[in-house]
Amino acid sequence: MPSITKPLIPAVRRERNALGLTIRDYEGPMSTLCAGCGHDSTTAALVQALWQSNLEPHRVVKLSGIGCSSKTPTYFLRSAHGFNSVHGRMAPIATGANAANRDLLYLGISGDGDALSIGLGHLCHAVRRNVRMVYLIENNGVYGLTKGQFSPTADLGSLSHRGEHNLVPPIDPMLLGLSLGATFLARGFSGDKAHLVPILEAALAHRGFALVDVISPCVQFNNHAASTKSYAATRAHELHVTDLAVPHAPVTATIPTEGAVDVPMPGGGSVRLRALPADYDPTDRRSVSAFLHEHAGRGEVPTGLLFLDESVPDMHERSGSSRVPLNQLAFDELCPGADALDALQAAYR
Amino acid sequence: MSAWAASIDERPAAPAPPERAPGVNDFSCTIATANGTGSASANALLVRAVFRMGVPVSGKNLLPSNIQGMPTWYEIRVNGDGHTARTGRCHLMAAMNAQTFPQDVAAVAPGGYVLYDATAVPSYRWERDDVGFLGVPLSLLVGEVSEDPRQRVLLRNVAYVGALSALLAVDPTVVAAALSERFAGRPELEQANQRAFELGFDHAESRVDCPLPFHVAPAHGTAGAVLMDGNTSTAIGCLYAGATVAAWYPITPSTSVMDRFGELCARYRRVPDVQPADALGGGPAGAGDLDTPAGQRDNYLIVQAEDELAAIGMVVGANWNGARAFTATSGPGLSLMGELLGLAYYAEIPAVVFDVQRSGPSTGMPTRTQQADLLEAAYASHGDTKHLLLFPADPKECFDFAVVAFDAAERFQTPVLVLSDFDIGMNDWVVPRLQWDDRFQPDRGRVLSRGDLASMERYFRYAPWDDEHVAARTLPGVDPKGAYFTRGSGHDSLGDYTEAPQRYQEVVDRLAAKHAAATGHLPEPLVEHHGGARVGVITLGSADAAVREAVEELAGRGVPVDYLRVRSFPFHAAVADFLRAHDRCIVVEQNRDGQLRSLLVAEAAAAPDRLGSVRCYGGLPVTVPDVVDGILLELGR
Ligand SMILES: Cc1ncc(C[n+]2csc(CCOP(=O)(O)OP(=O)(O)O)c2C)c(N)n1
Ligand code: SF4
Ligand SMILES: [Mg+2]
Repeated sequence: MPSITKPLIPAVRRERNALGLTIRDYEGPMSTLCAGCGHDSTTAALVQALWQSNLEPHRVVKLSGIGCSSKTPTYFLRSAHGFNSVHGRMAPIATGANAANRDLLYLGISGDGDALSIGLGHLCHAVRRNVRMVYLIENNGVYGLTKGQFSPTADLGSLSHRGEHNLVPPIDPMLLGLSLGATFLARGFSGDKAHLVPILEAALAHRGFALVDVISPCVQFNNHAASTKSYAATRAHELHVTDLAVPHAPVTATIPTEGAVDVPMPGGGSVRLRALPADYDPTDRRSVSAFLHEHAGRGEVPTGLLFLDESVPDMHERSGSSRVPLNQLAFDELCPGADALDALQAAYR
Repeated sequence: MSAWAASIDERPAAPAPPERAPGVNDFSCTIATANGTGSASANALLVRAVFRMGVPVSGKNLLPSNIQGMPTWYEIRVNGDGHTARTGRCHLMAAMNAQTFPQDVAAVAPGGYVLYDATAVPSYRWERDDVGFLGVPLSLLVGEVSEDPRQRVLLRNVAYVGALSALLAVDPTVVAAALSERFAGRPELEQANQRAFELGFDHAESRVDCPLPFHVAPAHGTAGAVLMDGNTSTAIGCLYAGATVAAWYPITPSTSVMDRFGELCARYRRVPDVQPADALGGGPAGAGDLDTPAGQRDNYLIVQAEDELAAIGMVVGANWNGARAFTATSGPGLSLMGELLGLAYYAEIPAVVFDVQRSGPSTGMPTRTQQADLLEAAYASHGDTKHLLLFPADPKECFDFAVVAFDAAERFQTPVLVLSDFDIGMNDWVVPRLQWDDRFQPDRGRVLSRGDLASMERYFRYAPWDDEHVAARTLPGVDPKGAYFTRGSGHDSLGDYTEAPQRYQEVVDRLAAKHAAATGHLPEPLVEHHGGARVGVITLGSADAAVREAVEELAGRGVPVDYLRVRSFPFHAAVADFLRAHDRCIVVEQNRDGQLRSLLVAEAAAAPDRLGSVRCYGGLPVTVPDVVDGILLELGR
């Protein structure tokens, strides 16, 4: 089912980056997500950020789990290897891939269910290991692909499209990351590309685990995590039709450089996105923590580069692994040979 | 079944085979201790000494799943003919655990002996007059060597090794040499241990008519052999196969695979650092690196994962990216790995898994052995999934098959599961020295280089395929032309998403054909004919030793049977041939449900009505009488 509304990428872009590539070289085949899906807007921002970062497309590895969000690696960087794995396990796959070849850039796309529900344990441990990769959560507060159940970022008390209340409090991936010793934490909004692209560029440049939470509304089943207002039934629900997917326009808004903006969500409710104050210091873990807690308490979602620590070695540096990628070591460098085997077995005589 | 086996394993008794008298280089000795008293290394010392005297020997740990305090037994079998299976008989019991003393005494065969610590069991009322009681005040003796109570416990162990050595004519100079090696560089410890050994030895020798009628006599039966456990040889196999990435989650009895692999890598895979500019960098260089010496780098990476889902995920990710990667686990871990094994099967990604089986279901008996993961492993994951399996029977095969596993996994772009078990993995076996041919080159399978891609118009992941039904893969980062999208969702031969019945089926049918085609690259079954026997016995893995000996014994008792040991799945044609060639075949295996038998019926066209079954699944390595009796029962004799 091709989309009706496509992400806002100009049809022809002649401009070239430092590698001589146009933005087309960073695109992929047509999306099959719902028209207006926030994930498609996130993809568009990602394409822009990759192009602006002058990354060779085939030196990037795209990975994902399962979910609407996890489908998106198909829709960009057609000349990069992609790996759409199983639900929740993208982080281990990326960790293993990174273990094998430290020289490529690993870009993982996950959803709020994929990352924070079934894959929560793996996310936490990938943060702790500081695997060098970008881990992007396309956060819509809902399980899109399985049609609208609560995700772990759904707001306490919000209503599902079936009219049930969410009875359990949400997980904030940024606060979680902070408590686990994350080295890069940022949040953006799919509907504000100008704000999101620099965040993604920064994440791509980070030499450790970059966790990016992108508020990425689901226009079919939205009951956004940060929505503090009650959720009106979707059109589909009102009509008592469950397989009707109505085309929507993407949700957009501009996050101001100061203050906050209320972004109305497709199914009702809104998210208050807040810019970071001018004197915000993303390198001070304690003040960042205080800031995030304070705003979470107010039902606001701070956006921008929330935390950064460049001093922590990544998984390989911590382990002292070979500078030459492990998958490129020749067999004779790895196999000790017959004489060594004889010598080694002296201890077993 | 003998009294000994019955005492620790309450299975109903089967008719006992005629008792064979123990003799020189033909007897069994059991050491009963408590877990956590450090007896394992003393026991291993004794076994090593017998081995070094040139006499085949085996030592089996029958341990509880407990860190400290529960009873544990170590069964030593000395057999000049090289038989290493458990016999269920005990001729000499070193009863070092007061807690189990009565049952240990009851387990000794008539005419046998009990060695006991006369300090610890001063006034036991001997209930048997058909065994000899040999008291040595071990604790008292070692009291002179050390004041430290902890050390005394350890020294008492060495003292019983001394007493046993005197009783069994184990050469004290051989033990002394082994002790020197063990305590090299720690002269005080060495001296204390040598002294404790002498005290035990001298005391026994001066008070008992040594040696006993059955004992060890120097021979030449272990030339060219090593004494090694299967987890160690598995780790060596992975090192030699060129594995660079390992991911795991600790679980008994597989943990020592990774312990050994880590030690081996630290020894053989550390190289001087060179400083080329790395493309993307990885943060501040070496800043957090605590274990790798300064100026060195590791040609490997071992990740202790958060669980087995992550462990197999990392293995799949690393293999997908062109590294040889493996994990080691046991039943519960294998259960968790299911979904990702299915992904690797369907998306055609190599992976190597060592499943060191323990007793299930669920947590089961973690320190007890079984061969009960067969069906789980063969079909791990939902949907039409089938894997390649290898069944090593001893540590030598663990080494050899580790190398085969990586080759087969990469050649066929699919998971290979190596099913060892507690008995193989955690016990020392006498096996031929591991061999390596320096001309060996790994089979990395069909992976396209930049050059290969340059000559191609377009690349598709799953087409074309070769006569083994394998399509070439590409690695990320090599060339934009090689890019493809890996997915566990429905895909066609080009690698594109599909839900079209025929395009979907074309791929899964090819996978089935590929699975079958791999057979020729896996170890063939071992077959032994015994002159026109109409009955065949089939087994696998660690049951081999007991079954082979049982086959010999049956021949001696006028029941000749042919023998086949399967070593891999899918089954070679020779397995079906063997089934067809015999009126009746009996499958001997260590699980309740006859899993190998089921697999033979499902996958080797075995006729169920002609296929008998002997199953030993109490958790202890199968004994020779178990097999003999079981086969006779199946044959109605
Ligand atoms: C093991 C397993 N359980 C359940 C599912 C079904 N499933 C597919 S996607 C999904 C939730 C996806 O939610 P999220 O990650 O938030 O992605 P979204 O679709 O919202 O972008 C679920 C439960 C699955 N694919 N695998
Ligand atoms: S269901 Fe929601 S998340 Fe999924 S594609 Fe449609 S709009 Fe996007
Ligand atoms: Mg979601």
